[in-house]
Amino acid sequence: MASNEEILAGLAEIVNEETGLAPEAVELDKSFTEDLDIDSISMMTIVVNAEEKFGVRIPDEEVKNLKTVGDAVDFISGAQA
Amino acid sequence: MTRKVVITGLGATTPIGGDVPTMWQNALKGVSGAHTLEDDWVAKYELPVHFAARCTTPALDVLSRVEAKRMDPSTQFGVIASREAWADSGITEIDPDRLAVAFATGIGGVWTLLDAWDTLKEKGPRRVLPMTVPMLMPNGVAAAVSLDLGARAGAHTPVSACASGTEAMHLGLDLIRSGKADVAMCGGAEAAIHPMPLAAFSSMQALSRRNDDPEHASRPYDLDRDGFVMGEGAGALVLEAEEHALARGARIYGELAGTSVTADAYHITAPDPQGLGATRALKAAMFDGRIQAEDVVHVNAHATSTPVGDKPEYTALKAALGNHVENVAVSATKSQMGHLLGASGAVEAVLTVLAVHERMAPVTINLENQDPEIPLDVVTSARALPAGDIVALSNSFGFGGHNAVVAIRSV
Repeated sequence: MASNEEILAGLAEIVNEETGLAPEAVELDKSFTEDLDIDSISMMTIVVNAEEKFGVRIPDEEVKNLKTVGDAVDFISGAQA
Repeated sequence: MTRKVVITGLGATTPIGGDVPTMWQNALKGVSGAHTLEDDWVAKYELPVHFAARCTTPALDVLSRVEAKRMDPSTQFGVIASREAWADSGITEIDPDRLAVAFATGIGGVWTLLDAWDTLKEKGPRRVLPMTVPMLMPNGVAAAVSLDLGARAGAHTPVSACASGTEAMHLGLDLIRSGKADVAMCGGAEAAIHPMPLAAFSSMQALSRRNDDPEHASRPYDLDRDGFVMGEGAGALVLEAEEHALARGARIYGELAGTSVTADAYHITAPDPQGLGATRALKAAMFDGRIQAEDVVHVNAHATSTPVGDKPEYTALKAALGNHVENVAVSATKSQMGHLLGASGAVEAVLTVLAVHERMAPVTINLENQDPEIPLDVVTSARALPAGDIVALSNSFGFGGHNAVVAIRSV
């Protein structure tokens, strides 16, 4: 079980690996598309990598609800519970 | 009046140099890019061939990690060569609707395809990444080059095995002559030094087995040739309508005077032993460029170093050039860098353009006992080409019976 801080740090690492964005730019209130300029293909790559890292399953229909980094952290945290 | 098309930019990343100046220096010196493969998969799969000619400069030394992640290795090489050629052309402003791309590959994203297949088997469908399709598609390299340059006059991918890179120039010439574009980024890219293609080419007895001496394995025209050496890399050329180039005061390397593509319709892999398809291609390129046999001073031959392939090319050259073939300086540059498959025609076109521009023919290495059935005048140490108006030809032939020829004229 990872804490929310650990999930955020792990996500930031995945986003950095995929897009080159600095990990500290990946903050809870940032929108993946608006603020971080992440396209749908990168988003799916991030989702798949997050599933492996955190041992959770993020259903495809759920991905469109993950608008901000915070949404993703909350979903992963809930899925781990 | 046919539009005249000139070459104004060159780029390459190859087993004998990661950029054009380095490649050219080595091509005149005569070096081998073939080396023993250190990868664990050579032993793991008991591959019969233990060597290949890898690019001297890894793509990650040139591209950023994030950029490279979205490209198959073949596309990485293509984008590197295209960027060098674009910078070399000095074009700073262009109407994107007048800039076309014709960027070839023989095999396409084979690393991506097979990695994804491994992932599917080992980890299941969820782990097959969403970039897999755009990375493995054969047009991936043309698409990436088009995106990189903002080229909007069409992005094409000729696929004709080892003739692909040359066919890209044939297409580029047409696009400009027919008025569909003013500038075309043409080239070829390949990255197939992967155990599966090595096993497959071995299985058809196409590859040299000289495992104890890779540097001497690629030996076109030599009696002891026993197959080609797999290479990788990319070549790129900026083709430009002459009036467009003159208007911006561009440095012009040479004229792409004529091109041709023919098909053998003889056998799926074996070349026509009479070289009839190749002869028609040579004659068609010369006709297209209004070239007489006596104008031709240099040929960059396809010459892959296979026992069956090298001779029909001689037969074709003799048929197309007549007795003048004796006066032509022939270079077999695959002796140095191996066979870059779909990229070979593009890289060899770069060398041919430089040969005409610098008036020097590059070196054929490893020719110790020339096959008496191929009495060509083979260039074994860098040789000066004559002054005055000259023409050089570059041939490429591919599995499937594809023949392609480009003719470069001095300016």
